[in-house]
Amino acid sequence: MSAVLEARGITKHYGHVEALADANFDVQAGEVVALIGDNGAGKSTLVRILSGAEPADSGEILFDGRPVHLSSPTDARALGMETVFQDLALAPHLSPVQNMYLGREVMRNGLLGKLGFMDAKSMRDGSRAAFDRLGATVRNLNGPVGSMSGGQRQGIAVARAAAWAQKVIFLDEPTAALGVVQTQNVLELVRRVSGEGIGVVFISHSMPHVMEVADRIQVMWRGRRVATYNKADTSMEQLVSAMTGALAQEAS
Amino acid sequence: MSATQTTPTVATEDAPASRLSRISRLQALQILILLVVTIAVFTALRPDTFLTGFNIRGIVQNTAIYAVLGVGMTFVIITGGIDLSVGSVLVFSGVVADKVMVWYGGQGWATVLVGLVAALASGLAWGLVNGVLVAKAKVPPLVVTLGSLSAALGFAQIITKGLDLRDAPQALVNDIGFGNIVGQVPTIAVVAAVVVVFGIVLLHRTRFGLYTYAIGSNAEAGRRSGVKVERHLIKVYAFAGLLAGFAGLLNLGFFQSTTIGGQSNTPLNVIAGVAIGGTSLFGGIGSVFGTVIGLFIPIVLQNGFIQVGVQPFWQQVVVGAVLVAVVYVDQLRRAAALRGTSPRLPFLSRAGGAGSASRKGSA
Repeated sequence: MSAVLEARGITKHYGHVEALADANFDVQAGEVVALIGDNGAGKSTLVRILSGAEPADSGEILFDGRPVHLSSPTDARALGMETVFQDLALAPHLSPVQNMYLGREVMRNGLLGKLGFMDAKSMRDGSRAAFDRLGATVRNLNGPVGSMSGGQRQGIAVARAAAWAQKVIFLDEPTAALGVVQTQNVLELVRRVSGEGIGVVFISHSMPHVMEVADRIQVMWRGRRVATYNKADTSMEQLVSAMTGALAQEAS
Repeated sequence: MSATQTTPTVATEDAPASRLSRISRLQALQILILLVVTIAVFTALRPDTFLTGFNIRGIVQNTAIYAVLGVGMTFVIITGGIDLSVGSVLVFSGVVADKVMVWYGGQGWATVLVGLVAALASGLAWGLVNGVLVAKAKVPPLVVTLGSLSAALGFAQIITKGLDLRDAPQALVNDIGFGNIVGQVPTIAVVAAVVVVFGIVLLHRTRFGLYTYAIGSNAEAGRRSGVKVERHLIKVYAFAGLLAGFAGLLNLGFFQSTTIGGQSNTPLNVIAGVAIGGTSLFGGIGSVFGTVIGLFIPIVLQNGFIQVGVQPFWQQVVVGAVLVAVVYVDQLRRAAALRGTSPRLPFLSRAGGAGSASRKGSA
């Protein structure tokens, strides 16, 4: 099975700080890969590079086996990759439907569309279908998302990414600010997204969440991947020791 | 995923609108009620003169120019910005239009049309200057438009050597400024109503309006979703400038003068109307309809106080109190309804900067 997205030998320096040193990464279609590591291990930098938000100093990114150049998030989106950022990136005063389609509005046909009129009904129907399909709890499609709970908002953000991503979704700490029940809903959502054949990259500090949701776990330490485990073959103790640098070499 | 029998889906049907949108509608309604009550009180006190065709005509005429400015101001404030330059841009555009119409000659509609083009172009130019400085140079909108407030008035006075021009063509003065379209319905009010309806449709039905709300709500979210935030901000300020230019021509027709010294309070009065009408100075929320109601209140009060024999200066006191009360109450309720927004006025900070993103995005 070949990876839908693969990174080889990525390096990135910020001044004299080496954020990524020859880092490798891969995610397959339909699997959840957890990316874990201590603060400063390079997880976020790697995701920013893979989602087109920042350029790498050197290294190669392969998408469906072909080398690609990602110069902006738009490039990544065009390939079918979406990112749910840590701070949600929803507009709090807009409704779930408006957030869902922001930047991708469905316009009316003909002259009205050319004049900037939007097809509200089709966006509503599309949003409802997307939320229902993933089981995101959205009680009110018209109210502003800012008045909804953290879990609902995260659900909307993940469902939005899932609705547009054909290939890969990056989730940066999606459960960081959530309560127990809300976290369960988001984790369930993550499983469903991968069930649709999308590769999910799940960044988290929470080992129980990682063990619950991931198929494979890739551990980063000081700017490189030091280990890759199948969930079945590993334990939290092993993950923690890898994160703290007990393995200096990549195991796989 | 076909087996979804355990999916914890909650019906996504139209639940009653959430607290925040209810509050928005509630506030527009409350302001409307306040206006109706005010009118009712003055009608009861002066049944013979207040609610007469002649008096209503005067009130509507006096609101018309502010309403045109208020449409543009509503858009700007919804993005989290502010435009203090509208009064000066109005004067500048009036001066340019007057000069161009004198140069073109004549008193008819052709002259008015030439003046219209000149006024719109002048207003648009100032709007673009404001927009580029706010969006590209990242100078806070308060500072940018304070600068253009000063500069546009300065240029207007340079052109006229400080004297008001009074050469508006007959067609503009008689037909638009003072004319009636039918019966006792003043043309200037109908023109303003068309602008208002255009503004309402643009704000609530089009992508332009959606992006306006999105930028005021969370510019960074818009940017990450592929909205061209800088370009849209320029368009919004350009739109406000365009309308200020248009208002300059209407003003010239109504007062038969470029009113160089008479517009210093205009931006503040318009901003007060926008805020009374329920548009949030924090961005992301607002309506053109509310603005129109908010602009009527001061003018109705002034008119009514004169009629019942109260010193009209009381109007300024009452409007000031209403403004503060409305914004205070609104802020309390919003803070309760919308989690995690801190009360920091966005037009004091850089447009669509990281600051506003982290403030609102982490909500």
